[in-house]
Amino acid sequence: MDLNIVDLSRLQFAITVLYHFLFVPLTIGLSVLIASMETVYVMTGREIWRQMTKFWGVLFGINFVLGAATGIVMEFQFGMNWSYYSHYVGDIFGAPLAIEGLMAFFLEATFVGLFFFGWDKLSKLGHLAATWAVALGSNFSALWILIANGWMQNPVGAVFNPQTMRMEVEDFAAVVFNPVAQAKFVHTVSAGYVVASIFVLGVSAWYLLKGRHTALAKRSMTVAASFGLASSLSVVVLGDESGYLSTEHQKMKLAAIEAMWHTEPAPAAFTLVGLPDNTERKTHYAVHIPWVMGVIGTRSLTSEIPGIHDLVDLAETRIRQGIVAFDALQAIRKAGSSEAIPSDAAAAFEDTGHYLGYALLLRPYLDDPREASDAQIRQAAWDTVPHVPTLFWAFRTMVGLGFFFIVLTATFVYLSARHRLDRHRWLLKVAVGAIPLPWIAAECGWIVAEVGRQPWVIEGVLPTAAAVSDLGAATVLSTIAGFTVIYTILFIIETKLMLAAIRKGPEKDNSPNQKLVPDALAPAE
Amino acid sequence: MILHQLIDYETLRLIWWLLLGVLLIGFAVMDGFDLGTQILLPFVASDDLDRRVVINAVGPVWEGNQVWLIVGGGAIFAAWPPLYAVSFSGFYLAMFAVLAALILRPVGFKYRSKRDSQRWRSGWDWALFVGGIVPALIFGVAVGNVLQGVPFHLDQDLRIFYDGTTLVELLNPFALLCGALSVAMLTMHGASWLILRTSRAVAWRARRLGTFAALATFALFALGGVWVSDVDGFRFASQIVTDAPSNPLTKVVEQGPGFWFANYAAYPWMMAAPVLGFAGTLFMLLFCFLRREVLTLLASGLSVLGIIATVGLAMFPFILPSSVDPRSSLTVWDASSSHLTLFVMLVATGILLPLIVLYTTWVYRVLWGKVDAKQISSGDGHAY
Repeated sequence: MDLNIVDLSRLQFAITVLYHFLFVPLTIGLSVLIASMETVYVMTGREIWRQMTKFWGVLFGINFVLGAATGIVMEFQFGMNWSYYSHYVGDIFGAPLAIEGLMAFFLEATFVGLFFFGWDKLSKLGHLAATWAVALGSNFSALWILIANGWMQNPVGAVFNPQTMRMEVEDFAAVVFNPVAQAKFVHTVSAGYVVASIFVLGVSAWYLLKGRHTALAKRSMTVAASFGLASSLSVVVLGDESGYLSTEHQKMKLAAIEAMWHTEPAPAAFTLVGLPDNTERKTHYAVHIPWVMGVIGTRSLTSEIPGIHDLVDLAETRIRQGIVAFDALQAIRKAGSSEAIPSDAAAAFEDTGHYLGYALLLRPYLDDPREASDAQIRQAAWDTVPHVPTLFWAFRTMVGLGFFFIVLTATFVYLSARHRLDRHRWLLKVAVGAIPLPWIAAECGWIVAEVGRQPWVIEGVLPTAAAVSDLGAATVLSTIAGFTVIYTILFIIETKLMLAAIRKGPEKDNSPNQKLVPDALAPAE
Repeated sequence: MILHQLIDYETLRLIWWLLLGVLLIGFAVMDGFDLGTQILLPFVASDDLDRRVVINAVGPVWEGNQVWLIVGGGAIFAAWPPLYAVSFSGFYLAMFAVLAALILRPVGFKYRSKRDSQRWRSGWDWALFVGGIVPALIFGVAVGNVLQGVPFHLDQDLRIFYDGTTLVELLNPFALLCGALSVAMLTMHGASWLILRTSRAVAWRARRLGTFAALATFALFALGGVWVSDVDGFRFASQIVTDAPSNPLTKVVEQGPGFWFANYAAYPWMMAAPVLGFAGTLFMLLFCFLRREVLTLLASGLSVLGIIATVGLAMFPFILPSSVDPRSSLTVWDASSSHLTLFVMLVATGILLPLIVLYTTWVYRVLWGKVDAKQISSGDGHAY
């Protein structure tokens, strides 16, 4: 594969976002867990809960700085590497990013200083408010980012303006209340809670295995297991809602996830495992479960889910309409003033304008889509199929792990209720081993959502290939190298500091009356 | 939606030009003293405890301050999409350097004191220095290049093309002067912050270095003013339409020396900005001498405001001129978002910005006072 500017820019974006997303889910989830712990402290006055808040707060802080640092790169690289994208959809896409800063990140970043430095300067309630402000801020942040991302998946409320050559917002409420964005928000935030819960659960299990800080570890486990069970149930159910919405808005993504090459009679079977082959366009050794896919995808037994071949045919007709739109657009722009626009061009654009983006799919083959041959159109139509094996496996990894988290957290909720958290050492070992798994699930989730949208950067509106900046391959290659080096070094340092902080454990508590009172939530020792 | 018709397009564009200034100046004033403090770190503190005092002087607030940059970036994206697209990709490698430096900052603050090793800590001290001086320098150099025009052009589809901007070309003498001014200005501002937040030896050194920085700021700002008369400015050569759809290619622009002074000739009240820039540095020196700490910081903050506003007013209505294809230049009247987006964003900003100012003020009040060296050495695990 020769590396062109589009592939390189995508690679850099993927590195940046996957790296950023190592820190973000933990920030989202841990902030809420910490705020909950501190709430218990303020309500009961028990010192151990303050100790827990502070201890998990140290780990939160180490993680938070890298999330914040890489977040700036995220925001800036749209302009740096995707300048035509920024011009083309900035009118809509920029607003949620700006509001995220104003509403969420200011709140989070301003109060995170107070969380760490304000213990002696604030009343108990004042400090609790600061902690909740951080938690609220990081969750709001996810909301606006997913409104922006939801619009990339389902671009509602906007229309192309030939005079400014870009998409412009028509209905801002539709952008904010985009059903895809709302489903994604709850799904992603829940995923963050799962990441944090399994993290707290695993670290606490390690303490129990070592017989250290057992009071803190048991209470932390109880909180994490119940929080984790609720959120992993939510992440699976809401993930299913995302799947249902894809049926409506991103049929190709769904078909690719299922490696469904041909439309099947309803209700379609779910392919449990198999080896999808992108070149032969079929799935080898597939194991099917009848009916399941049809029910998940359409919530009915009679609606069909279209397969990849049919969707490619559909894309082909849309490309042809897109060419009509492109032709009409040239006439409209040549006319200059709005009075001079020929009426047939205006009517044609009115009819087909929403498929303009499909004409741009031909740009990698030739500059003027109107001169495309049938073969080129067919090829461009096949370009609308994302990489099936990637999606197929990323999705199955994510879902499989999701069910595992439900079982794991449910087990520990049960053990906690029976006061047997430290009874089964092998279960504690499983919990320690499970620490990295939610991250894998979360990264797979990003891959499903974003690779599944290819070749579009804005579904049906702007192809990824048309969105890049006019930069040299060497330039982008050098920044990829630069970011990779910086990220790798920081990742190693971060991990080492995390492990050191975990090994060191919570601070010794100075207050005399910290003799552990039996707590309602965890057994006394 | 017809609500947005309440404010006409022209006024909205003007308001968003002002808000762009507010956010950028907000960044320079708020995060500027963090950057300045980082630049000063190796020079105002010699032993480890003093360095920790310096770091903790900005420790609790820098994170919030940095959001001014993030919101600034977001607001440019939302309100001035072409500006965001052209500037961020045009200054690609410079932006990368800024990002790399800014990544060093949070980790430097947070991780430095987590290990008790001399090499580890002094390594992070220099990382923090780099994280302070590189953004300060590059932002200044970028402004210097914007004043001279940036080599880009737009095609009919408004795709953006660059005509050979290498990193070396960006570093021309005038741009370097602007970079030096930016570094001096933020160093002055950082020193003013340290004077307020620290005591004894650290504060004494900050006072001395702050004095030098203020003098340098005054001199470089004056030199820059003289030099600009030699730089080719830009002006409209066609009728200015203020409420047309945003498409830069519909105008004619001409270039010539002295054009950047035209606004000051036409509207003498604008002279308030450069006057504030100069007077701010002088008052900073005066109050520094009189040991009036709060007023010192206020004066240096006003100086920063005046200097940045001077550039913005000189260029109005230009935001990002093109040196190779002047009509591609981005201006207030042809590089904004749509009428509706500007309105919605104004409503959001109008509600949220006052809230931000309110709670930021509260946080600063809670944290008010000198950094206590004893508390840091007592080893409360949360101080940096």
